[in-house]
Amino acid sequence: MSYIAEEADVIVVGGGHAGCEAALASARMGLKTIIFAISLDSIAMMPCNPSIGGSSKGHLVREVDALGGEMGKNIDKTYIQTKMLNTGKGPAVYSLRAQADKGRYQREMKRTLEKTENLYIRQGEVTDIIVEDNVVKGVKTSSDAIYNAKAVVLCVGTYLKARCLYGETIIHSGPNGLMPATKLSQSLLDLGITLYRFKTGTPARIDRKTMDFSKMIPQYGDENIVPFSFENTPEDIKREQVLCYLTYTNENTHNLIRENLHRSAMYGGLIQGTGPRYCPSIEDKVVKFADKEKHQIFIEPEGENTDEMYIQGMSTSLPEEVQVQMYRTVPGLENCRIMRTAYAIEYDCIDATQLKLSLEFKNIHGLFGAGQFNGSSGYEEAAAQGLIGGINAAQYVKGEKPLILDRSEAYIGVLIDDLVTRGSKEPYRMMTSRAEYRLLLRQDNADERLTEKAYNIGLISEERYNKFLEKERLISEEIERVENVRITPKENVLELLDKYNSTRIKSGVKLSDLIKRPELDYFKLSEIDNERPELAYAVQEEVNIKIKYEGYIKQQINQVNQFKKMENKLLPADIDYNEIKNLRIEATQKLNAIRPASIGQASRITGVSPADITVLLIYLEQMKHSKRSE
Amino acid sequence: MKNIALNDVIAAISTPVGSGGIGIVRISGEGAVETADKIFVSADGKKLSEKESHTITYGHIKDAKTGEIIDEVLVMLMLAPRTYTAEDTVEINCHGGMLVTNKVLETALNNGARMAEPGEFTKRAFLNGRIDLSQAEAVMDLIDSKTELSRKTALTQLEGSIKEKVHGLRDELLDMIASIEAAIDYPEHDIEEETYSQMNIKITALKEKINELLKSADTGKIIREGVEAVILGKPNVGKSSLLNRMLMEERAIVTDIPGTTRDTVEEYMNLGGIPVKIIDTAGIRDTGDKVEKIGVEKSKKCAENADIIFMMLDASRPLDEEDMEILDFIEDKKAIIIVNKTDIDKKIDFDTLCNYTEKENIIYTSVKEDKGIDELTERFKEIFFGGEIQTNDNVIISNVRHKNMLYKAIEALDRALVTIETRMPEDFISMDLQEALSALGEITGDSVDDEIIDRIFTRFCLGK
Repeated sequence: MSYIAEEADVIVVGGGHAGCEAALASARMGLKTIIFAISLDSIAMMPCNPSIGGSSKGHLVREVDALGGEMGKNIDKTYIQTKMLNTGKGPAVYSLRAQADKGRYQREMKRTLEKTENLYIRQGEVTDIIVEDNVVKGVKTSSDAIYNAKAVVLCVGTYLKARCLYGETIIHSGPNGLMPATKLSQSLLDLGITLYRFKTGTPARIDRKTMDFSKMIPQYGDENIVPFSFENTPEDIKREQVLCYLTYTNENTHNLIRENLHRSAMYGGLIQGTGPRYCPSIEDKVVKFADKEKHQIFIEPEGENTDEMYIQGMSTSLPEEVQVQMYRTVPGLENCRIMRTAYAIEYDCIDATQLKLSLEFKNIHGLFGAGQFNGSSGYEEAAAQGLIGGINAAQYVKGEKPLILDRSEAYIGVLIDDLVTRGSKEPYRMMTSRAEYRLLLRQDNADERLTEKAYNIGLISEERYNKFLEKERLISEEIERVENVRITPKENVLELLDKYNSTRIKSGVKLSDLIKRPELDYFKLSEIDNERPELAYAVQEEVNIKIKYEGYIKQQINQVNQFKKMENKLLPADIDYNEIKNLRIEATQKLNAIRPASIGQASRITGVSPADITVLLIYLEQMKHSKRSE
Repeated sequence: MKNIALNDVIAAISTPVGSGGIGIVRISGEGAVETADKIFVSADGKKLSEKESHTITYGHIKDAKTGEIIDEVLVMLMLAPRTYTAEDTVEINCHGGMLVTNKVLETALNNGARMAEPGEFTKRAFLNGRIDLSQAEAVMDLIDSKTELSRKTALTQLEGSIKEKVHGLRDELLDMIASIEAAIDYPEHDIEEETYSQMNIKITALKEKINELLKSADTGKIIREGVEAVILGKPNVGKSSLLNRMLMEERAIVTDIPGTTRDTVEEYMNLGGIPVKIIDTAGIRDTGDKVEKIGVEKSKKCAENADIIFMMLDASRPLDEEDMEILDFIEDKKAIIIVNKTDIDKKIDFDTLCNYTEKENIIYTSVKEDKGIDELTERFKEIFFGGEIQTNDNVIISNVRHKNMLYKAIEALDRALVTIETRMPEDFISMDLQEALSALGEITGDSVDDEIIDRIFTRFCLGK
């Protein structure tokens, strides 16, 4: 017998990285929100690598923070090592990454959820989504409890009909031995939602007491730390950092893998299809890159108060007994003991082209999808989508316009646009190569790009917003000053130029011109810049980048202006593409299925050619004409 | 990403190719006047941007880099919105014939304009509200058919070997980009990164290869440019001598590309100012020899697709069955009959020939004594400029487009070299290289969409 348990504005299904952000955003926007997790001990769990950030993922976390999300703050509280990567490769690709104390990360996040007003946490398995006349009405749990809601955000991660595999062993469980969600898939299918079956994997966790670190290369964190959250200063979060280690596989490892390849769940046929290219198993690496003599293995602690170590680079679905032998071929792991077995996991997810850019299902009002459920991979990708899903569920309930970020505004925009416009046949990983305007989408300026938007929808406090405005003011004032300061060829100036092998100046030049020289920058010139005000590092960094790369930045801004023109040509939601003459059949089918919001989005659909876009432009113009003449 | 822009500067020859001496290059879009000012020097020394709208100015088109004068022109300046496209428009009236008009267009393209897509001026006119709704359907049809046609030609234009070369260049570029990008996206993986000096060497070599392609493009090698002519006739009537003679005469030997079969030879030349590709066939005759039969079929096929046929006969021999068969074959096609070897006794039956074509299309030559070649050239020009040859505008257009893209690729590589020289970070090198990659992709029809990411994962072993 089912019973009506409660009413809410927004229900979030799933307590992972997407679910946490979705629930927090919705509750912080003033809506009564209930978040369901299969186990409350698994809230914000990191079932794979013990780190947050990295190339392009770090950008996502900064953006989540700039929009008032939680991930950045939570990792700042719980990191045990931090590094800014890629610092030599250009300001666009600096990437921040931190090792997390997994246990603390989870507890801190759960505590934040608990302390948030309007937010209610509930353990339980959601089995049904209740929809009437294409409008979501609520959810039902395995205890037959009905929770009515105006909007539902599905953040179910890798739990749908999940099975974990290694060798010939199949375990019907979610990640980390947790209970899977076995019934929800059917409910989704009944609603006409198309499901895919994706897979991914994780390496073993090994007891640090059984490792010999003297055979490995220690990996240190940065001394000058950079917080993920714009609200934190380095001083706020400074603490002791732990070590990671680097070691390598060798021919023995590879031979053992080759001999047992037929017993791998991935290769033995137990799992269909191909795995994600960016996190291949060690079997994959050995097969595809047969001539590589060794592969890097990073050993990363899972926390400060645990002996479990994560073996990055050796995810596998080989049988347990082969895994032990395999890990023991690696220098430093000769006597190692496995604490958790490596496994591959298979799960249901959706074809994300069924979603709008707001992450709402095209055919079901009020139902949203976010995270790994949408076919992505990674904690950061999940959090970014969860935040947008939560925001837009709240906007939907309030009757407001959804928050949609485009490709020129945020990595989040690139991520969501890629997923819903093109779909993905494998778990989608964010990469800087996917962002065509990456010089504008830097991790240092995420606040400049996004904070105002979040303020407008109520996710950023007045206080934080004012601080942000002040920072922006300081940046533009300092840029103006630097562009007007003249540097003359005085003795100390020439000395400084000589020091950096920079050509001597013969007459007065603007300070900004010196900053633009490749061998110099804003920081190096401080000693000859007498009137320089005292400014926070974040401000100085912005000034430096904006002046130094001005030409390139302008070039991308021009490209963005062109891009925006196409994005601003909106396509009505009710177009019947069959009625438009001259469209190619493939284009008609794709357009009918994906129903792009704009000409720009349409142009990114595979199978829609520039000629089809011209046809659409002309069609739009025709419609305008006929409306005018009516 | 597909390159679609709404009002960037576009340019194209807006008069039909090959019909008459005056050609108009039209430039339209935001910045059209700036582009025109870069290449135009008015007689009165004033810039177009200082002139009134809807005025005509006399002057010269100059190559902005070399300063070389390309043509004497009249330029019409028309500012938005009272223009065909409702955008700022400059029309350059060129007087130097088709090749020069082409050169003017190229100059515009190298100074900020992009080659207009087929029908793009009309498209803009419509999108900017200049064309009535009733015309919209027609516009659609026009653009659709033209785009299809140009797509087909664009892709078939490329010589197999050239296509391979461009693909090869892209391949090298992709490898370089992939290794930069892989290192960026996987900062701690032991990816063998190229040093700046290695990249410098590679990029310089790539530039050199593109320059070679450009040189061959200038001489018409890159695509099958211009009018396609086929020389037909029995063996030993003097086909090859005629060809050699014509090539010598015009001193415009471009190159000889051996045909795909053992017995057709393609030559490119400039015949009376018109770019021509001449296919010299093996000679048609009935034969039992299997291999030769393939050659004959091939010859006929070439003739079938040609814009014009030069049918060659031996005046010293009466028409035989084989000649008649060829005459039957060309009867309904555009052809000039060349009666050669008039230095020997004429035995050929002139009246019979007249049944197959108009008198003016029968030219008597003696290649050996250098007679009749000028008449042949003259007649060919008459046919061409009389508009009788339905040559395809797109053929010439796509050549200009390809050249433009090669220039763009070189410019991008030049920027990459500067980026390397000034020791800017890798990210910026990648930006320049990606521009070069997409320019080359416009030639081969490859889109950059997922290429780079695909390449990263094929080349490098990455992951958790």
